[in-house]
Amino acid sequence: MHRRTMLKAGLAAAALPATARAQGRDLTVVSWGGAYQDAQREVFFRPFQQQTRNRMLEETWDGGIGVLRSRIASGANTWDVVQVESEELLIGADEGLFEPLDWAAIGGRDAYIPEAYSEHGVGAILYSFILAYDRARLAQGPTGWADFFDTRRFPGKRGLRKGPKTTLEIALMADGVPAAEVYQVLGTPAGVDRAFRKLDSVKADLAWFERGAQPPQWLAAGEVTMTVAYNGRISAANASDGRNFAIVWQNNIFTLDTWVIMKGSPNKARALEFLRFVGRPEIQAALPPRIPYGVTAKGVNERLPAEVLPNLPTAPQNIQTALQLNDRFWLDNLDRLTQRFNTWVSR
Amino acid sequence: MRRASAALLTAPLLLFLLVTFVAPIAAFLWRGVTDTEVAPVLPRTAAALSAWDGRALPDEAAFAALVEDLRAARARDRQAGGGSIARAAARLNADKPGFRGLLPMTARRVEAPFDGAARAVLITISEEWGEVETWGAIARAAGPLSSFHALTALDLRQDAAGAIRAAPEDQSVFRAVLLRSLWISLLVTAACLLLAWPIAWLIATTRGAAGILLLAAVMLPFWISLVVRTAAWMVLLQREGVVNAALAATGIVDAPLPLMMNRFAVVLAMVHILLPFMVLPLVAAFRALDPRLPRAAASLGAPPWRVFLRVTLPLCLPGIGAGCLLVFIQALGFYVTPALLGGPNDQMLAWFVGFYATRSVNWGLAAALSILLLVAVGLCVALYGRLAGFRRLGAA
Repeated sequence: MHRRTMLKAGLAAAALPATARAQGRDLTVVSWGGAYQDAQREVFFRPFQQQTRNRMLEETWDGGIGVLRSRIASGANTWDVVQVESEELLIGADEGLFEPLDWAAIGGRDAYIPEAYSEHGVGAILYSFILAYDRARLAQGPTGWADFFDTRRFPGKRGLRKGPKTTLEIALMADGVPAAEVYQVLGTPAGVDRAFRKLDSVKADLAWFERGAQPPQWLAAGEVTMTVAYNGRISAANASDGRNFAIVWQNNIFTLDTWVIMKGSPNKARALEFLRFVGRPEIQAALPPRIPYGVTAKGVNERLPAEVLPNLPTAPQNIQTALQLNDRFWLDNLDRLTQRFNTWVSR
Repeated sequence: MRRASAALLTAPLLLFLLVTFVAPIAAFLWRGVTDTEVAPVLPRTAAALSAWDGRALPDEAAFAALVEDLRAARARDRQAGGGSIARAAARLNADKPGFRGLLPMTARRVEAPFDGAARAVLITISEEWGEVETWGAIARAAGPLSSFHALTALDLRQDAAGAIRAAPEDQSVFRAVLLRSLWISLLVTAACLLLAWPIAWLIATTRGAAGILLLAAVMLPFWISLVVRTAAWMVLLQREGVVNAALAATGIVDAPLPLMMNRFAVVLAMVHILLPFMVLPLVAAFRALDPRLPRAAASLGAPPWRVFLRVTLPLCLPGIGAGCLLVFIQALGFYVTPALLGGPNDQMLAWFVGFYATRSVNWGLAAALSILLLVAVGLCVALYGRLAGFRRLGAA
């Protein structure tokens, strides 16, 4: 959610007027708006319309499973393809809000990276929670989460996202738990205790951000020595504000946004055609140079300019040690761990 | 006749207050003592559990009722969308973690007909159905009235058998937060009283343009939005802010001082924001004070401290009381200032109300915490009435 404030920097206008609709309606694609959807329009929407000579509409939304739920419940759903966050994908699939995806029609599972697969959708972009610091202030920067907790070598405040999600994973990885075992350990009471003990060791030096815009601001102002941040925010600060922030990709935590087809869509065939189009590596390769998110088709990396790839969550060296955010775990445990986190943080 | 027309004239205001103020607040607070998400989804299960004593697993009838309820709810959800199972699961998950996945998953798995006892099938689907507390969570959420949120707001839990005990230590936060809110409010009130006294005295005793100027100096910030004033404090206090820059320039400090994200910043800004509410009643009290009385006391031989304690102070008590009450009650509900200037352990009760209302969408708990805040304010007002009496307040 926090990521979106940036994406919504500008108002995305519907690309085409809604007049002249044939019987039925045009394919309607819904995304997050802002700079992100502007890039999608250039890379996906316009070329798709030109190539297929078919009209399509675009809309924007702010997320929230309730929106999708009420659209299906009211029977007046006008959306066909929607980009959703991983949690909405999980809940919506549970509740039957999405069509099961015909993978053969969009090129087959093998055409995509394994993380992009789900029964009801295909991954659209990857983004990561990474460790960032300012090269202008720190010549010898941290190299991993263990350094995040090393206040002797790196004195000063460090920024973390206010909430247990990502925070507990980071604490465990800093404490030596391999990425592959993080959720297994976190699933036990002893594992949760271990994560909080690790956080306890630097508690006085932690600053908690609640909005995605805060970490780059804090880094720029020297409020924090290093901070957890969204990779896109840090790249954007470097590109547009002339900053020299460094990203540590070691054990970054990534998650995906996914394209889904709404249940009962009358444009299912065209929706699949659209997903097939935006799933082609030569098409996807145009997105990351415009906005620093990873894409999901195999064979994109080879097509990217050399200076773009190292800043993406999907670069081989970046994804190698990465941990995928486990939404099923958080769906079940968020209430309990949030209560514990709030108790701990406000002591 | 006159009384009737007066009532008629105030009727629009009363109606306005009722519609825009009393009714929405009452409706929201009502959520704190009721439970409405689970009963419509699991009506048969709730009925089957109504006579259950909570000591051992419920009988086969409850298991069968659950299967029947889930089938019906899933059919309804499928036909009309709606996500009622998900909403019930979210409510149960607030009580017992795991329900958010357990309930939809169970609903999916029991959809197809099966042979044999529901109990055996459910426990095969998940061992959690073989735990007493899983059923206890459903029984507690069956409604319509519920003490669950109120108990949570007081850091208490109730088990399936009905016994109430303290919440585990790593889950108890609200009592400490309430005490902290009261403590911060008390600090702010005391600081306001100490600072406002001399200013108010000066304003009350200065005649002419100077007096008006002084009063304007107090009132001017009063007319600026609370958020703006809080943001101004952020500019002043941050690490590379105005205060630190000035201190560094004059060579008083080497490294920037941590002025923000702590209790000091919160109290400082709250005192600044609430000061006018203390100054104005005090000015009124001082102006109403007959200056001949302290003089008479002094001429009769009382030393200054005695004049103050025995004459001035008692005569100003209504003003002091009014000011303290205004400041304290407003301070108790502060949200924006601690959120922007405080660290994690400076957040007051209102932050938690906001957190549960908007972030975790647990309106029941948010309402219960609001009730806690309201009761705290009510008790403070009652205490004041007990100690000072409300007639004096009216005199101020």
